[in-house]
Amino acid sequence: MNLSQERAPVLEALNRYKAMRVVPFDVPGHKRGKGNRELTDFLGEKCLTVDVNSMKPLDNLCHPVSVIKEAEELAAEAFGAKHAFFMVNGTTSAVQSMVMSACKRGEKIIMPRNVHRSAINALILSGAIPIYVNPGVNHELGISLGMSVADVKQAILENPDAKAVLINNPTYYGICSNLKAITELAHQHNMLVLVDEAHGTHFYFGEGLPASAMSVGADMAAVSMHKSGGSLTQSSLLLVNGLSEGYVRQIINLTQTTSGSYLLISSLDISRRNLALRGRAIFEKVAQMAEYARAEINQIGGYYAYGRELINGDSIYDFDRTKLSVLTRDIGLAGIEVYDILRDEYDIQIEFGDIGNILAYLSIGDRIMDLERLVSALSEIKRRYAKDRTGMLSQEYIRPEVILAPQEAFYAASESTRLEDSLGRICGEFVMCYPPGIPILAPGEKVTAKVLEYIQYAKEKGCFLTGTQDSHVNAIQTVKE
Amino acid sequence: MDLWFTEKHTDNVKLSIKVDRQVYSAQSEFQRIDIFDSLEFGRFLTLDGYMMLTEKDEFIYHEMIVHVPMAILPQVNKVLVIGGGDGGAVRELVRYPEIQQIDLVEIDAQVIEACKKYLPQTAAKLDDPRVTIHEADGLKFVRSKKDEYDLIIVDSTDPFGPGEGLFTKEFYGNCFKALTETGAMVNQHESPFYPVDAIAMQRAHKRIVDSFPISRVYQAHIPTYPSGHWLFGFASKHYHPLQDFDAQKWKARNLKTRYYNDKIHVGAFALPNYVKLLLEEME
Ligand SMILES: Cc1ncc(COP(=O)(O)O)c(C=O)c1O
Repeated sequence: MNLSQERAPVLEALNRYKAMRVVPFDVPGHKRGKGNRELTDFLGEKCLTVDVNSMKPLDNLCHPVSVIKEAEELAAEAFGAKHAFFMVNGTTSAVQSMVMSACKRGEKIIMPRNVHRSAINALILSGAIPIYVNPGVNHELGISLGMSVADVKQAILENPDAKAVLINNPTYYGICSNLKAITELAHQHNMLVLVDEAHGTHFYFGEGLPASAMSVGADMAAVSMHKSGGSLTQSSLLLVNGLSEGYVRQIINLTQTTSGSYLLISSLDISRRNLALRGRAIFEKVAQMAEYARAEINQIGGYYAYGRELINGDSIYDFDRTKLSVLTRDIGLAGIEVYDILRDEYDIQIEFGDIGNILAYLSIGDRIMDLERLVSALSEIKRRYAKDRTGMLSQEYIRPEVILAPQEAFYAASESTRLEDSLGRICGEFVMCYPPGIPILAPGEKVTAKVLEYIQYAKEKGCFLTGTQDSHVNAIQTVKE
Repeated sequence: MDLWFTEKHTDNVKLSIKVDRQVYSAQSEFQRIDIFDSLEFGRFLTLDGYMMLTEKDEFIYHEMIVHVPMAILPQVNKVLVIGGGDGGAVRELVRYPEIQQIDLVEIDAQVIEACKKYLPQTAAKLDDPRVTIHEADGLKFVRSKKDEYDLIIVDSTDPFGPGEGLFTKEFYGNCFKALTETGAMVNQHESPFYPVDAIAMQRAHKRIVDSFPISRVYQAHIPTYPSGHWLFGFASKHYHPLQDFDAQKWKARNLKTRYYNDKIHVGAFALPNYVKLLLEEME
């Protein structure tokens, strides 16, 4: 096959299918929306007429042989991969499929600790054992960085039996490790390289952006098309270079729905086409908007919108200039407080705020006039709310003390323990702020005084804590002693 | 020939004006600009299909947005006009000799050019030596200003499209900061009548009340705007629109006006009960 990137096989098939006016005696039961008026009024008839079931003319996501296969091939070509899988259960399922394809129970995987919860979830599902590499930390910003090559090397030498290395490319804040060097290093030691590119879709289509996983020969990458790629929420890609397509598909099908949504699938197809044809121009514009906003925010004073000047050749090997992250601590406000004020008082919703920073997510959907609003609101927040910064906690990387493997701890007999009584116990579940969804505690880790202080502070500042059975996060499950 | 300009005032109400001929039409970076000649209202300007001004009734709007604050503030040297590329507000401002500097910030230079060429009735005074024209986003322009202007006039389009940013809390807060200690801001405040406009009006009011210690609304009758019943906001750091209004001083200036006078000044702040209720809900 040699289709051009101008084609969109799933979209075309759905259009053909609509024109056939087939009478549906199959699921979904809303029957092109006629059976659910309120839903159709809300979402629109166009949307419901393509919410259809797998069938011969439309292929089947679990075992593609026609239009989905073609669309996946086009995506693979656009991203420079051997194969691309369309994923309909988020990048979460892409990350989990990567880990489960690379490691079986008891096998080791090297990863930084500042991974998304989906990566550690995968360890619970598979029984793989994490070997954590401490990410570098920037003390001024209070954020975790990438992994240094030397630290990865040490982990590899100490664990020659590890099966894979997992890398964030980039982190939520836009920071990249030296992906190429780490990939080569891992390959020299016969380890697979798995890359979480939830925030890196645009790396495949921009100029002057960090290297993408496929471009440096990594084996798999989980790519959130629904983030910078513009597809519908929950749609994602799993890119594969080094493994057997058939085996990876079997792993995906362990947990994937048999009713893949054509809204999601077609959104992947259409977005891939858009990126392949126009991606370069699109992301150049986004990068320019981000640079503009950075300069304007830095002019206000008190805020620090950071950029490529952070690059240090190792733990910040590269920085994604389309990202707009801002240190707020110097105006005496936690990032989460600025995040709340922006929404409550200025009707501006940003991606997240943590202890010291905010992150505004920019994309092709943004307009300069909206950026002016964001910058002006930040200027106003400083004028109206700035206070002394003493007493503010700097966000430190807390080195985890891993006592049990995540799967073992998660399935161990556990009991609900009040936070204040949990010091020294082994945690049986996750505790994290969402977003960014990076665990503060993961199953199998020891509850330390530092962790407890951090959780308390995050709560006080209004972070949205999740992961625990107790919805108020006053108690956590700890392993019975 | 039967050529009509029609603007939807609500989903169920339209205003149509018979057009003699179209004088100008262009798509700028920001909006579509059209100028028409009509028999009833003379020449008129529309942006994205919304009526901005007609030669026949623009005097009402421009007199009310300028003379009301000028009759309240005792000493105005430096004025910032945001929006208002048609030049109508500037035309009224240059009549005051004590004003030394007028900064006009208009995002769309093409509006200014079109008005200079086709609407000299409002644009003729844009060349006054005291006037500096800045082609810029108003929100961005005020952001870096501090303690600078005695009066800010927000002559914006509606709260959607390019004028959106001029109805936000961050904008009003930035204006507060840009004003001197005794400065005031006047803004185009939408209409209280049709529900959609009334909601925009209430939102603007809430944000201004949050930003300024003194905030009063006044009204005028503008035949070509939706419902004809239009509001302006007077927001101030120090001077009160009625207590500090000096009727004798204004009369002594002997400025000839067609709508504004000292009795209108006081009367315009007397609002119908339903409007008072809408505003009080926000205070
Ligand atoms: C780094 C990282 N990996 C994976 C994911 C999971 O993506 P999804 O929410 O699409 O399942 C996220 C989501 O926020 C993420 O930030």
